[in-house]
Amino acid sequence: MGSHKPTGISRWLFTTNHKDIGTMYLWFSFIMFLTGGAFALGIRLELFQPGLQFWDPNTFNSLTTMHGLIMVFGAVMPAFVGLANWLIPMQIGAPDMALPRMNNWSFWILPFAFGLLLSSFFLPGGAPNFGWTFYAPLSTKFGPPSTDFFIFGVHLMGISSIMGAINVIVTVFNMRAPGMTLMKMPMFVWTWVITAFLLIMVMPVLAGAVTMMLTDRHFGTSFFDAAGGGDPVMFQHIFWFFGHPEVYIMILPAFGIASHIIPTFSRKPLFGYSSMVYATASIAFLSFIVWAHHMFTVGMPVVGELYFMIATMIIAVPTGVKIFNWVATMWQGSLTFETPMLFALAFVILFTLGGVSGVMLAMTPVDKQYHDTYFVVAHFHYVLFPGAIFGTIAAVYYWLPKWVGNMYNETLGKVHFWLSIIFVNLTFFPMHFSGLAGMQRRVPDYNMMFEDFNRMSSIGALGLGLTQLLFFYIVVQCVRGGTGKATGEVWEGAEGLEFTHLPSPAPYHSFDEAPEVK
Amino acid sequence: MTEKTEKYYVPEQSKLPFIGSVGLFLTVFGAGNYIQDSTDLVNNPNSWGFYVMLAGIAVLVYMLSTWWSATIRESMGGLYSNQMDRSFRYGMLWFITSEVMFFAAFFGALFYIRVFVVPWLGGDGNNAMTHAILYPEFLAQWPLTTTPSGETTQAMGAWGLPAINTAILLTSSWTLTIAHHALIDKNRPTLILFTSITAVLGIIFMGLQMWEYQHAYEELGLTLGSGIYGSTFFMLTGFHGLHVTIGTIYLIILSIRCAKGHFTPENHFAYEAGAWYWHFVDVVWLFLFVFVYAI
Repeated sequence: MGSHKPTGISRWLFTTNHKDIGTMYLWFSFIMFLTGGAFALGIRLELFQPGLQFWDPNTFNSLTTMHGLIMVFGAVMPAFVGLANWLIPMQIGAPDMALPRMNNWSFWILPFAFGLLLSSFFLPGGAPNFGWTFYAPLSTKFGPPSTDFFIFGVHLMGISSIMGAINVIVTVFNMRAPGMTLMKMPMFVWTWVITAFLLIMVMPVLAGAVTMMLTDRHFGTSFFDAAGGGDPVMFQHIFWFFGHPEVYIMILPAFGIASHIIPTFSRKPLFGYSSMVYATASIAFLSFIVWAHHMFTVGMPVVGELYFMIATMIIAVPTGVKIFNWVATMWQGSLTFETPMLFALAFVILFTLGGVSGVMLAMTPVDKQYHDTYFVVAHFHYVLFPGAIFGTIAAVYYWLPKWVGNMYNETLGKVHFWLSIIFVNLTFFPMHFSGLAGMQRRVPDYNMMFEDFNRMSSIGALGLGLTQLLFFYIVVQCVRGGTGKATGEVWEGAEGLEFTHLPSPAPYHSFDEAPEVK
Repeated sequence: MTEKTEKYYVPEQSKLPFIGSVGLFLTVFGAGNYIQDSTDLVNNPNSWGFYVMLAGIAVLVYMLSTWWSATIRESMGGLYSNQMDRSFRYGMLWFITSEVMFFAAFFGALFYIRVFVVPWLGGDGNNAMTHAILYPEFLAQWPLTTTPSGETTQAMGAWGLPAINTAILLTSSWTLTIAHHALIDKNRPTLILFTSITAVLGIIFMGLQMWEYQHAYEELGLTLGSGIYGSTFFMLTGFHGLHVTIGTIYLIILSIRCAKGHFTPENHFAYEAGAWYWHFVDVVWLFLFVFVYAI
């Protein structure tokens, strides 16, 4: 094993090092975040006022679709895989990920997959325009030619995710330092290993769904065609069997991140560690049996609606346990509010808000009013932006000094936080009101009465987007020296092998000899 | 075989993952163009899709064979510790789990169609008007030999070729187990013989399966386009057949490696992984036989 650090482009193309791969994942995710954000601004531009100004409806639909796909598969998921790559080996005392070459393969598939997906903008008929959920028959009978490249792009992303997930599970179960029993694992590791189970269970189902789409489009099968004995609603069942665990894939690692940051800045150990583990596992289990709450309006049997309503509401229980534990961790703690803590706190509060609107949406009779309105858009953006994205940002502020050995600029970090929190609420909070009043999602035009709310959202979105450029600046500045050297501990009393056993920056190969965990 | 090292082996830089990504990209990019080229939904004639796809597959085959040669070399060179061996085992198990979920999507579709969709199209539940207005002639039955739009086909019986194929696959699992025991007992002639027999049974299975497809297309009029019965039938058996093909290639390579004496009772992960894969393919077939053919 070479202890030298390779240089040049080949370092990145051919690497087997978990830190290099993690870095590539994170930068890739950030590029996709800006790309998907640009599409979002395209949407908000059109919605700034009623009527059709900038895009024809088909382009608007393409922007909506690609915004969702890029953010889900290109920004959030790779960001979490990047964090997993950087952190899991350091947190469990391993020399690297268990399968380093496969690790690099799962990363390098992604740029090709998203190149394929983004190239569809330049194909005749334009990019996919059927929403990120690609319901049949919009995506089968009526999908543009680029749909086929979308399908293959999804196949590639699936292969990448499955390999990444296998790698995480194998690493966690086989590479822990002696003495680190399962119930001593850091919460981030726990949440990620559970996420990896979800990925392995549902990504193949998504692959099956798009394969059926492909054969329905080109080879005459009738999976989603009632005339041949199939059913378009079946597409929704298969999609959401993937899709609901997928939304937990996008939030569980953020739960883990909050469970590291809040204890550190409260100077108290995490309250209820084992209940956190069980709550996470319960959420993951429940996520498999609630999928049809996305489909209350398709005309399901009433028994089905009742079951899916109740099962969905039960998820609020383990989620509530987690929120309670974070609050209890802070209770009587010696709190300080550095940037990671601010983002983690915003995560807890705003994610709860998104969770509570989720409980509203879970109620079948109410959902029949809210379905496909901006209320739904507000709900899932509250769990995704202040949830998944704030979680990732908090993690970057928290661990970046460990990765690069320098402190970031705390003042700028706080500015980034306050601008983000103002603009995120300005963007998404009015959507609750326009949605409750009946504004439809995925439509480029709207009734005059929604104009004020939409103006607020559009201004907020522009501010939110520009604020993230400040994040880029802060990170680059930190990598280039920041405001001084970070200590090995980085944060006063921070727990975990990466803080207690490794210097900052963490060496290229962390644990050649496994540390002893007591 | 040199002594086992206890340190976890982290390989040097490797070009293979990147090459593999290029291969995957060329394959799907070519396949997309080729499919659009050769079917009528999208007008995309005279693309180079087919050749790009072939090039991509060639890159993938080159990459995978180089990769596995490297792992065989590393394993024979004693670079792998017991811990490493466990990594491979866990990895293979979870890979097979993901494969199970891929088949689960298609089985799920089959069950949903049979339990809900076909009765609903026949007017069950609250769908009386769907039936009366859209498809009044439609008769809810399985196998669905007449689709709502009126296309007809004949169903594939269970007790001809499929039953023979079931027997063949069950036998192949048995012969593979004999071979595995021979490996543990250091009985190389039996090991080579029974691994090869298993591979041959796989080839026979594929031959019969092709014969069955020909029978379906030419005599029964059962095609991919024959409504949902044909869709589920060919997609399930087709993906299973693809896995049998992969498994058979794996078994052929294992036979060669057995003949070269690569495996010892202590160190034969590759052999066990192949055996797991083969048993997985076998179990999928049993489900297929019951739910696609028999009932």
